[in-house]
Amino acid sequence: MKAFNIYLTGVGGQGIGLISEVILRATDHGGHPVKSVDTHGLAQRGGIVVSQIRIGENAFSPLVPAGQADLVISLERHEALRAAGTVLKDKGCLIYYNTVWQPLSVRLNETAEVAESDIQDLCRARGIQVISVFHEDLPDIRMQNMAVLAEIHRHRMIPGIDLKHYQSAMADLMSGSMLKENRELFDKCLTA
Amino acid sequence: MKKMGDMLLRRDAFSEIVMGNTAIVRAMVEAGTRVVSSYPGSPTPEIALAIQSIPENDRPFYFEFSTNEKVATELAYGAAVNGHLSTVFFKSVGLNVAADTFVQLSLMNIIGGMVVVLGDDPGANSSQNEQDNRHFAHMSYTPVLEPADPAEVYHFYREAARLSQTHRMPVILRLTTHVCHAKERVTFGAWNPVQPGDTPQFDPANGPYLPLTTQAIEMKRTAMAKLEQVRQWAEETALNRVVDNGNTARGVITMGLPFLSLMDALDGAAAKPDILKLAYVHPLPRKTIVRFLSSHRVVKILEELDDLVENQIKVMAFDLQLPVKIIGKLLPEDWIGEYTPDKVGHVLSATWPDMVQPAATLEAEDPAPHRPPQMCPGCGHRSAFQAIKQALAPTDITVADIGCHTLGFLPPYEMGQLLMCMGASTAMASGLRLFNTSRKVVAFMGDSTFFHAALPGIINAIFNRHPITLILMENGTTAMTGHQDHAASGRNFNEVTDKIPVRQVLEGLGVKHIAEVDTYQQAKLAELVSEMIAIDQFSVVIARHPCMLKFTREQRKNPTYQQKHVTIDQRVCERIHTCIESFGCPTFTRDTEGNVSINTDLCIGDASCIQTCPTKAIAPAGKKGKGGDA
Repeated sequence: MKAFNIYLTGVGGQGIGLISEVILRATDHGGHPVKSVDTHGLAQRGGIVVSQIRIGENAFSPLVPAGQADLVISLERHEALRAAGTVLKDKGCLIYYNTVWQPLSVRLNETAEVAESDIQDLCRARGIQVISVFHEDLPDIRMQNMAVLAEIHRHRMIPGIDLKHYQSAMADLMSGSMLKENRELFDKCLTA
Repeated sequence: MKKMGDMLLRRDAFSEIVMGNTAIVRAMVEAGTRVVSSYPGSPTPEIALAIQSIPENDRPFYFEFSTNEKVATELAYGAAVNGHLSTVFFKSVGLNVAADTFVQLSLMNIIGGMVVVLGDDPGANSSQNEQDNRHFAHMSYTPVLEPADPAEVYHFYREAARLSQTHRMPVILRLTTHVCHAKERVTFGAWNPVQPGDTPQFDPANGPYLPLTTQAIEMKRTAMAKLEQVRQWAEETALNRVVDNGNTARGVITMGLPFLSLMDALDGAAAKPDILKLAYVHPLPRKTIVRFLSSHRVVKILEELDDLVENQIKVMAFDLQLPVKIIGKLLPEDWIGEYTPDKVGHVLSATWPDMVQPAATLEAEDPAPHRPPQMCPGCGHRSAFQAIKQALAPTDITVADIGCHTLGFLPPYEMGQLLMCMGASTAMASGLRLFNTSRKVVAFMGDSTFFHAALPGIINAIFNRHPITLILMENGTTAMTGHQDHAASGRNFNEVTDKIPVRQVLEGLGVKHIAEVDTYQQAKLAELVSEMIAIDQFSVVIARHPCMLKFTREQRKNPTYQQKHVTIDQRVCERIHTCIESFGCPTFTRDTEGNVSINTDLCIGDASCIQTCPTKAIAPAGKKGKGGDA
């Protein structure tokens, strides 16, 4: 069986590390062999942060080969387009949180901001399923990742992971009010 | 929630999902390591985070962040010749700093054992080069083990510790970036703590420990003899791996993470080669390799960065006149970059086009605008660069150093036109000032770097009277690597300690011209820099502001914390765009009509931008424009 490859991306400070580790642990709770790797260091200062997850017996390196991601999860619109264009398979899935953290060249008016239509055009041309997530009323921007995670589960975008696996993974990684608030948001998004 | 510290001290055997940098700490615990030291640098700082998760009183070993890698190495060595199993870890280029001490280690009878953990960085993900530190191992007769994943990090550390204790010699455990940071489920052994003997074991009779001319040659003989004994370990270790695909025509010899990339690259390949994965990359297991060479007609050496293993294997085949064809590196690109699955696919398809097709999508064009890293919202360095730029002429020369402030080289600041390594800016600037009276020279330096490697360059500038201006970008922490304390912080890794204030050090050295200002006072800072560069002597401006990323994270822990932000009064804004094009805080967002707004997800309300707006359109949120000075 082929490996299932997930590529998570966003901008430093958006909480890529947490959503990645929840998926990693949920997959493990689901009984599947899994490995991952995160970007650390310099890039975290306002640059692109990437985490890669590979599921299955036939995944060896934690790094997803180019053009081999089955699922791209992005917490930012520019990074959604970038990852869809460079690592996502034709007919793969893209889910992104529709917020914009403008890159330097956009702010300097050298390049245009990526529009939602840019993503739709690219995905239509390559048969990619695309889901855009946005919530007007999140209590904390650092919970955007949980809103995306709920959509991932609602659409069963990662094979072999059930609700209880996500819940166990969250309990592995969070405690107290942080766990409570994130769980509440996750549950609310699931039923929305 | 699972507590990492509890996990690392479990007595029973267990398994857990960990990254390589965590797995190694469990290995240290099980191995009975007593002293660990480091200087922070990617990809290794998370080793210290794992250590920190164990409360100091429960920690079975001593740990410190030393002032630099050389000091850390010397500390670990001192402990080891007193009988304690020790470990030092740091990033790739840290070995350059430690080298003067490191190259001597193999000459010594290290009775406690000492493991040197290197975080090499093929692909230069977060380093100024991608140097292959195995060269240092060859130069110094030091064994090297190279794991591929977190499980191997754990097992290879245990092996390195046993080897080091047995032969009383230094052993390198060479990790690379994506081995340090990979996560997977690792099965650990039980831990049976043994009461350590704390009697100091140092005895000159175990030496010699003085490599003077009369002794150094004999000590080298001993080091080389030990290395030959290690070759036997390399032959017999259960850590070597053979993947037998029943292919007598083709084989691959490889090691470390490139092995996993190879396995991925071979997915779906016809007639897969046999694979020999080496655990020891120095010294090489000669018999094991010769057996593999003898049983294949063509053998590819798949080796990341330089061709050290390849050349040694070619020598073996030549000396024994083996009838095998050995294919090493073919193209200059084969020496460059990390051996990811894609890269290995390319290397392999160039070697055996009938076996592997290169990934067509490797060069897929990036459809989105480039996103370089940048200074955080509220960063004091941004205010500093905004001000310093006003004080300098466009032809003046600015010399960068290592740290978050290095990012000042990017637009819109373009401050810091040369960079070398930790602490190099002052002396490079001094050189740039020779035969140069027309262009002022300004050097930048962070405060952790100041203690790490900057002092000799600064002392030289005073001693030899180099009239440059050093700007100390003091943020109170080692920010880029994750906010480790340094000698001026007033805390070390374990406890409160005496501060060594940067200003007092400079005064003690006899620097006559020292100015000091918070960087948010941009006009004052610009004025002070103008004053200092006009003086024809060595001068220092301490440009201070606490790291706002650290500060904001600490604030957020307060339950009553509310995120502040600034706002732009659109009736006042004249779209001059100083905030975006000169100050360049990522908080400012521009729409297609040129209107500027605030990204409230990013803004921390530090208000350092307010003073930069010529029309005073920026104000703290909830207030109208004309907000006044920060």
